[in-house]
Amino acid sequence: MIKPENLVYSRTKVLTENIMHYCPGCSHGTVHKLIAEVIDEMGIQDKTIGVSPVGCGVFAYNYLDIDWLEAAHGRAPALATAAKRLNPDRYVFTYQGDGDLASIGTAEIMHACNRGENIVVIFINNAIYGMTGGQMAPTTLIGQVTATTPYGRNVELNGYPLKITELIAQLPGTCYVTRQTVYNPVTVRKTKRAIRKAFENSMMKKGTSFVEVVGTCSSGWKLTPVDANQWMIDNMFPEYPLGDMKDI
Amino acid sequence: MKEEIIIAGFGGQGVLSMGKILAYSGIMQDQEVTWMPSYGPEMRGGTANVTVILSDDRISSPIVNTFDTAIILNQQSLDKFENAVKPDGVLIYDPNGITHPPTRRDIKIYTIEAAEEAARMKNAKAFNMIVLGGFLKVKPIVKMDNVIAGLKKSLPERHHHLIPMNEQAIIRGMDIIKEVN
Amino acid sequence: MEKREYKLLKGNEVIAIAAIRCGCDGYFGYPITPQSEVMETLMELKPWETTGMVVLQAESEVASINMLYGGAATGKKVFTSSSSPGISLMAEGLTYLAGAELPCLIVNVVRGGPGLGTIQPAQSDYFQATKGGGHGDYRLIVLAPASVQEMNDFVDLGFELAFKYRNPVMILSDGMIGQMMEKVELSPEKPRWTNEEIEKKYGSWIVKGKPSTRERHIATSLELDSAKQEKFNQKLVAKYAEVTKNETRYEKIMCDDAEYLIVAYGSSARISQKTIELAREKGIKLGLLRPVTLFPYPSKAIQELTPQLKCVLAVEMSTGQMVEDVRLAVNGKIPVEHYGRVGGMIPSPEEVLNAVENLIERK
Repeated sequence: MIKPENLVYSRTKVLTENIMHYCPGCSHGTVHKLIAEVIDEMGIQDKTIGVSPVGCGVFAYNYLDIDWLEAAHGRAPALATAAKRLNPDRYVFTYQGDGDLASIGTAEIMHACNRGENIVVIFINNAIYGMTGGQMAPTTLIGQVTATTPYGRNVELNGYPLKITELIAQLPGTCYVTRQTVYNPVTVRKTKRAIRKAFENSMMKKGTSFVEVVGTCSSGWKLTPVDANQWMIDNMFPEYPLGDMKDI
Repeated sequence: MKEEIIIAGFGGQGVLSMGKILAYSGIMQDQEVTWMPSYGPEMRGGTANVTVILSDDRISSPIVNTFDTAIILNQQSLDKFENAVKPDGVLIYDPNGITHPPTRRDIKIYTIEAAEEAARMKNAKAFNMIVLGGFLKVKPIVKMDNVIAGLKKSLPERHHHLIPMNEQAIIRGMDIIKEVN
Repeated sequence: MEKREYKLLKGNEVIAIAAIRCGCDGYFGYPITPQSEVMETLMELKPWETTGMVVLQAESEVASINMLYGGAATGKKVFTSSSSPGISLMAEGLTYLAGAELPCLIVNVVRGGPGLGTIQPAQSDYFQATKGGGHGDYRLIVLAPASVQEMNDFVDLGFELAFKYRNPVMILSDGMIGQMMEKVELSPEKPRWTNEEIEKKYGSWIVKGKPSTRERHIATSLELDSAKQEKFNQKLVAKYAEVTKNETRYEKIMCDDAEYLIVAYGSSARISQKTIELAREKGIKLGLLRPVTLFPYPSKAIQELTPQLKCVLAVEMSTGQMVEDVRLAVNGKIPVEHYGRVGGMIPSPEEVLNAVENLIERK
């Protein structure tokens, strides 16, 4: 038994004790924890409303001990729009994957960002549909093999990877648009700072803050967690370069 | 008392607002009223018509096939509604632009040269009020006081200074309407 | 006694005014004929400067209905309005709202279909409104106004029912009621609920931020455990039974001695009322039963009338939708037929009388 005075690390209190359903190596768990830590550190658990997506992140509400809205596929920014406008003293964030945000919910995210809704958007881009079993996402790389691109993503057939974050950065309604990742301690810390800034922005009436996190899906990519990280570094980062695109 | 009226003409002639003032006048004297317009693309320059019903009792259908009075302001509307006037009913029309006048013998027909009169008054906007005046002369179903009260209700306050002009036009309409026979 | 004040207003306009006066918190919508006056009136009246009500033109009907989800879950009184094609786009959101048991109000000013159809009045969305529209076993509470006054009254009533049963409520109107003006007495003004009032009334479920004193609240319609989902479905069934028991509303006109009956709602009921007058002048003992709620449907009232009747005519501006519910109520005891005009055509009272006389002759 560890004596309390020797404890150097413990579960963030905003995380529940539920065991996450995410696969080993998945980035969702890390990002969940970072959001939980930010909420905890800012002391805003009782003032935060999360909007969970359809996709692997759908059960985010089982892991973060806050109030949640579970949205239809792609519609989280619409829910967040009303929740925030009707409750301006609340922190409202959406948590969305690439299928949810960049495919079926393209209209909702573009317009919410363009209206400059004072919300936080956390966008997990792992270039694949995890929950439905590894199908092509709008952000799937050219040549990437998925369940629906068994011979690799083909431009003629499937078009190009959608760089939605670059598009979002063009919208005057956004105040902070950044792309981060969480594969090592340095990037984890950077991502946490980005999330914190986004939450703080949302109370300053500056517009929408948008944090993309490039992540891994070792199950969908059919790689070990370690290989998945390396694959992400080699293939994802050239297509989706990290860093701030906008910070007003 | 129950009066079922159709007002029909071109969009822009003030057909709908004439109906609205009439309906508001009815409310001013504690009557039940309905105002049912044709709506849609017609609003933009084509034909426009509105059915107005004033009644002492609860009004059932706001849409009716036959009318006590038809107020007709163009040829298409005359062609369409002449036969919809109830026997012994009233048809009022402005002969301006009418090439085929009404022919029915079982109804009372009146003409009102409202377009010409409005031009003479140098006030195109008075047109529909002149027509309304003509109608009220033939069918005094609402009192003038209530028409003015109705005008006040249906016009935004910034237009209230136009009420005396409207009143004048109504009175003018009462003077110039003629029975045809 | 204070003299009552009446206004002359369009059905669509009065929806907007009634919403502001009853303390509505938010409107989210997308323009579509023949109901655009709802949002236009709200924008003109600028309630955000007076009551603090939020009014937002959304990017689509899909977004509007999901905005209702976001607002309703926080305990706010929110509503949207649209017309048939827009309601089809909202079908997804409606079933999620029903599945998450969230209270809100949807106004459907119906136009003719299918597809883009026409912008003229129709009642061809009865099935969509009362039998689903979206997927899954759920029901909306459906109110069918037949006058501009009822357009006014049903806004407040709609919110009351929505919150009482935590269920979306639809006002099923049409282009005729939406576009016509009638004399209307506005409801008294009610202030918006304060956050404290919402917390007190609906604190057990609203999603507003989790204090340390309670478990987290989740507005969701997802349940992967089939046994739990079945239980939830049964809970909904019980709720709908309760709604049917308590909230079924209808109006009977000249039914006491009726041998023949018209069943009609909304615009068709107004037209049929005139048909009753014409029939009575001819000595035909015709009555009218007007369902005011379409779900719950006044089946029992129709059943109770059946023994005195020779036949029933369902009059609706569709090719025959509500007639199925009349037949279910009558259960084969007497003939039930349908008369309707569609595509934006409105039947005249005389036309309906002809249909009644034809039916009488044949039976």
